[in-house]
Amino acid sequence: MKKLLSLLVVSAMVVSLCACGSNQSTQEPAETAETTEATETTEGTTEATGVMPAIAKEDIKVGVIHITDPAEGSGYTYTHDLGIQGMQKNIGLDDSQIVRKNNVNDSDATAIENAIRECIEEGCNIIFATSWGFMDTCEALAEEFPEVIFSHGTGYKSNGVNFNNYFGRIYQARYLAGIAAGLKTESNKLGYVAAMGQDNSEVTGGINAFAMGAYSVNPDCEVYVKVTNSWFDPEGETQAAQALVDLGCDVIAQHCDTPNPQTVAEQNGVWGVGYNSDMSKDAPDAVLTSVMWDWSVYYTYAVQSVIDGTWSGENYFGGMADGLVDIAALSDLCAEGTQEAVDAARDQIINEGFNVFDGVIETNDGSTVGAEGATLSDAEITGSMNWYFKNVVVK
Amino acid sequence: MEILIKFLVAAVGAGTPLLFGTVGEILTEKTGHLNLGVEGMMSIGACVGFMVGYYTDNFALAILASAAAGAFSALIYAVLTVTFMANQNVTGLTLTIFGIGFANFIGIFILNKTPEGTLKLPENITAAMRGISISGLSELPVVGELLFSYSPFVYIGIIIACISAWYLNHTKAGLNLKAVGENPGAADAAGIKVTSVKYRNIILGGAICGIGGVYCSMIINGGVWISNNVGGLGWIAVALVIFANWQPAYAILGSFVFGALRVLKYYIPQSVLPFPIAFYDMLPFLITALVLVISSMRKSGRINLPAALGLNYFREER
Repeated sequence: MKKLLSLLVVSAMVVSLCACGSNQSTQEPAETAETTEATETTEGTTEATGVMPAIAKEDIKVGVIHITDPAEGSGYTYTHDLGIQGMQKNIGLDDSQIVRKNNVNDSDATAIENAIRECIEEGCNIIFATSWGFMDTCEALAEEFPEVIFSHGTGYKSNGVNFNNYFGRIYQARYLAGIAAGLKTESNKLGYVAAMGQDNSEVTGGINAFAMGAYSVNPDCEVYVKVTNSWFDPEGETQAAQALVDLGCDVIAQHCDTPNPQTVAEQNGVWGVGYNSDMSKDAPDAVLTSVMWDWSVYYTYAVQSVIDGTWSGENYFGGMADGLVDIAALSDLCAEGTQEAVDAARDQIINEGFNVFDGVIETNDGSTVGAEGATLSDAEITGSMNWYFKNVVVK
Repeated sequence: MEILIKFLVAAVGAGTPLLFGTVGEILTEKTGHLNLGVEGMMSIGACVGFMVGYYTDNFALAILASAAAGAFSALIYAVLTVTFMANQNVTGLTLTIFGIGFANFIGIFILNKTPEGTLKLPENITAAMRGISISGLSELPVVGELLFSYSPFVYIGIIIACISAWYLNHTKAGLNLKAVGENPGAADAAGIKVTSVKYRNIILGGAICGIGGVYCSMIINGGVWISNNVGGLGWIAVALVIFANWQPAYAILGSFVFGALRVLKYYIPQSVLPFPIAFYDMLPFLITALVLVISSMRKSGRINLPAALGLNYFREER
């Protein structure tokens, strides 16, 4: 027993020594980095806009923290990794300049921290963390490693210097998908499998945009919502989609990870709208279109700004005009005239400043949101959208 | 009314994988071996069955392969716990971790090789696993949909449960099995080959769990491969064994009740009962707790827990 205790004490001491050692070694280059930056800015030669020193293209090393495995079919991580690959191609980075950490459980703080520290030890100077749960660890480590840039997807925290967050106006794409669904439906009942309930702004905003798109072409249709209460629940997503079909819905849209709602739609002979990537490969006989991210737009922009020394540390909230979000090419299953209607709406969004949540919006409990001639602020869209549009029905 | 029928149909669909897992685990536990590897055996069955279906385009072969894979993974468990007397809990947990990892690894390995980036079962199999249709019976109002509209798995599951009930209670082999689970020493003295009985039934139980696994990968996920596709159902099956009081016939009831509780949140109109969704997520486990309390309070009722459950049998220490 005594032996075991002393062993424990010794190992604890060794660990703490190592920890101290690594702290010192990391702080030193940080200080030098700061001083070099200071000298650069005092010289006032180039790029005064950036808050971080420029890094030459050959010295860039990108770390990516994925919540699951990118090889996984259609979902969230797959789409993010396509974005990383696109960035690599656009900028011309070598394979050895990308470090991926897959299957990092986003509710396990130790696993997240280890993954990020490993990236830094391997020499990464930009780290993209793609899942919500990575946020707090990024915040803490951004303080510890001021020379490393942390960019976190979907969250809300940032420090304006080496830690920002990025997301996109996916609701713009959902509005277009709503148009395709509204034109297709025969029963005037659209189904929507939602990962989270009304209290989640991201999901609720997506439902509203979809419902408003459908309403714009078909004022008689209603959107039925079923909530799985999980970001990844294959069985629940199937069951929710089946329940929507049982209620008479003939287009199943989704805000969840697996293509299961689409395969359910296919098996029941109805249609669907996929999410994340083009799900027509999973359910070719059902998918009208899919709401898609093109993360390479952001990743290219971010890495390029670091190379140019223009990294500003500001948060990123791109939209359809940037090419970050859009819908997949319409399939042959779409109703006639869909392409024209979608193109017109896309043009409004990109060229005419239409932002979906414009003007006075009626909610499904009879109240109204917004004001004539105004549009909802980004803070309202991302943070406090807890109402449903008037044709949304929670069944 | 119509939505009630749809609800019951969905409940049966959600309960079927649990039925396979529960019946398989009952046979295993009746030997006195607690196999916590149900989740792992189902995962391996799900993976192997799916891949065989994907490559051979043959539904029957896919089911047989899943059963064989489940049996093989149970064999690993049997060798470790029966022959080498390893701790049953640890071995079972290890099997779960191994099984899930194995299935995900193979799945991603094959997925990476597909040009389309998706693993989708061929049309032949998707058609075979869809609901059956018996002319004359399936068209009947209400009854047709409630009894004759399911995928073949549902009927296979019920048949397996019924055969298992008969096997346990009315055959000599089944009585031997129960004797081994109650008191292996006495069974041994009575001339029953304890090791052989244990091996046979653990492997049989694994095979049944394997079929439950392929239900998850084929039906629940609509024939498209997804990692972690068993998603914890194996654990619920382990709990359902207690719920079913180690009787395969009760397992049918128990798994369908659990299936109903799992789909309830999608069928109860929120406008009528505006409970938070989390309440429905909790419900199956609340019911389990209640059943456990009630069944332990009931003095007259016989509890069928095998007396030697979890204890390895050292012949030399008889």
